[in-house]
Amino acid sequence: MPQYTTFQPKPYRPRMSAYWYLDQWNYLRYALRESSSFFVAYFAVITLIQIAALKAGPTHYAHFQALMRCPVVIVLNAVALAFILLHAVTWFMLVPRVALRQVLNKPTPDIIASAPNFMVWFGATLIIALFILGVF
Amino acid sequence: MSSAKRSNEPIVWFLFGVGGFVVAYFLPIHIMLYGLAFPLGLAPDPGYGKTYVLLQNPLTRLYLFVLLMFCFFHAAHRMRLTLSDILNMRHLNTVLAFLCYGGAIVGTVAAIWMLAVVH
Repeated sequence: MPQYTTFQPKPYRPRMSAYWYLDQWNYLRYALRESSSFFVAYFAVITLIQIAALKAGPTHYAHFQALMRCPVVIVLNAVALAFILLHAVTWFMLVPRVALRQVLNKPTPDIIASAPNFMVWFGATLIIALFILGVF
Repeated sequence: MSSAKRSNEPIVWFLFGVGGFVVAYFLPIHIMLYGLAFPLGLAPDPGYGKTYVLLQNPLTRLYLFVLLMFCFFHAAHRMRLTLSDILNMRHLNTVLAFLCYGGAIVGTVAAIWMLAVVH
């Protein structure tokens, strides 16, 4: 007797929970990492507002500074920073997955392959900070 | 060949990919200082005068333009995919693409408009 069914095959549609990303830590980490984009957009808009306030004059810039001192905004900024740091670290750690896999026929440790990224990050942060703080 | 539909994926992926580096390298320090350290008094805020002089420098404005443009397009691409893949909104793909990339274009034009001329 043949072991196949006589029915026409139906396309397989796995049922997926709307909260599938809570099923495994790896899924949740992926969802959190991708969510960093909302906070990137948020702080880009804040920076646009800051530039507009700067151009509008000292009174408007004082309003912007007062807005940044609101507890709600400070908490939001802290959350945004956490998400964007998650983006930065995961993005830098991508390097060993796409390049620099071998030096002298040995696999490069992930952290060594990512190290140049972290050094550029540190240098860029320092230079921008010195400009913002008015040292240069 | 002329009737073949060309994908816009290389363009949006280029902006997303380069944007990933620009965001990672440069955005954290902006949040650390303007978003946390200055409001909390952890670092001395240089204030309106010095910050305005900084904005008058064309190189600062070029930097801010590049930063903001890549922030907007990086975020737009990832927000679109987050909403369609993670929150299962794929059926709204066209609307999401329009809102996300449209928003990025609006943000970039606003940045050009504000940064082009500073007296």
